[in-house]
Amino acid sequence: MSAESRNGIVYTETVVFAPPEQYAADAPYQLAIIDLERGGRLTVRILANSPQERAQIGDRVVFVEERDGVSYYRKPATAIETSETAKPLT
Amino acid sequence: MRPVAVIGIGKTAFGAFPDRDLRSLAVESVGHALADANVTPAAVQAFYLGNFAGPSFVGQNHLAPYVGTAAGFENIPCTRFEDACASSGSAFFHAWQSVAAGIYDVVVAAGVEKMTSQSTPRVTEILAGAGDMAGEGRAGATFPALFAMIARRHMHQYGTTREQLAAVAVKNHANGAKNPLAHMRKVITLEQALAGKPIAEPLTVYDCSLISDGAAAVVIVPLDRAARYTSRFARVLSVAQTSDHVALDTKKDITVFPAVKTAGEKAYAMAGVGPNDIEVAELHDCFTIAEIIASEDLGFVPKGQGGKFAEAGCSAINGRLPINTSGGLKSKGHPVGATGVGQICDIVMQLRGDAGERQVARHRIGLTENLGGSGATCVVSILAAA
Repeated sequence: MSAESRNGIVYTETVVFAPPEQYAADAPYQLAIIDLERGGRLTVRILANSPQERAQIGDRVVFVEERDGVSYYRKPATAIETSETAKPLT
Repeated sequence: MRPVAVIGIGKTAFGAFPDRDLRSLAVESVGHALADANVTPAAVQAFYLGNFAGPSFVGQNHLAPYVGTAAGFENIPCTRFEDACASSGSAFFHAWQSVAAGIYDVVVAAGVEKMTSQSTPRVTEILAGAGDMAGEGRAGATFPALFAMIARRHMHQYGTTREQLAAVAVKNHANGAKNPLAHMRKVITLEQALAGKPIAEPLTVYDCSLISDGAAAVVIVPLDRAARYTSRFARVLSVAQTSDHVALDTKKDITVFPAVKTAGEKAYAMAGVGPNDIEVAELHDCFTIAEIIASEDLGFVPKGQGGKFAEAGCSAINGRLPINTSGGLKSKGHPVGATGVGQICDIVMQLRGDAGERQVARHRIGLTENLGGSGATCVVSILAAA
């Protein structure tokens, strides 16, 4: 599967400030449901370092990686290569 | 199917009770309901107990006989029902079916949850288990996050505003402040609601229901026997339970809950009434947006108008259709397994004319809507005054 076919459009999104116990270190983080270009929907994390990099409804987002069963995405202009270096949103 | 009546209701206060355990809360509510119905424990033929996550919250399983024996039931079927936040709605549905079908003549349906002994992050994680843990849950979706994404989409499609969400919280707190059994008896202003601590954007702490301990119970019998026990019974016109996919991202349009629409349609048809006949309702406001969507999906307002309806005061106690006169899950509290039967108790109280300061003017027919997860279970009940 090509990376392009995993790209999508944000159907809805939120920023989570009160995380479940297991994701306490990640919060706040952006979560979105996206419509995949190849069809279907997926609940994903959006990587962003600043409010400008947060995705809104209708924004196109690109696939970054899948780690521990979670799919990570970013807006095309965001310079984040991996979810491992992502910091909580401020 | 024979007509059924609720002859007794019983609730504990909802709140944080560090010195009370799950069983004592459940037994207290059952005791109140039996006393209200003039029924002895020995006369009860079956016990249906709703509970979402007793094993996770307090480490106790096998809850129905655990509670039932302590309530004085001997050698009768005692069964636990789990359908997330609709657990005791489901217990009530199955209890009603068993009496309507002629299997039993005296049945108790109850619900209980003991949540406050765990930290909020742990409660958040346990509640997330009502979603799809392999998909949305793994990605970090809490229940506030799921309903936040629903709210965002509703705002996008229908122009629902942040102020309209807050109007639901302000109204429900105003009602709950007058309910002696409510968890947070506090009036809030629109400004406070808008400035609340963010939980999952656009929802603040004032859009979210409370983490509570509590229990509720009802006694039901065939309608033609109700007057033997009490003159203060309520008729059950219909109960409908429906289901849908658990994961939110499997839904085509997340601003509609098909399970709510279908349960409403079935309940209206069985009762022979329509949305315009409902005079008072308890809707499942686990989040403010959920009350707005339920008011649309149950046909009280056209799709997309639920926010305006709340903002205009139409759902206030003196409004066109009073919604959540108890204070709702927002102010009364949301011990998840107790909520469905608790709503039945609150509506019966209105139908009897016993709601005191919160009493609505017209109270012949009432409706309850109990939602599980992000719309995967729904139970709608329609009741009428004796």
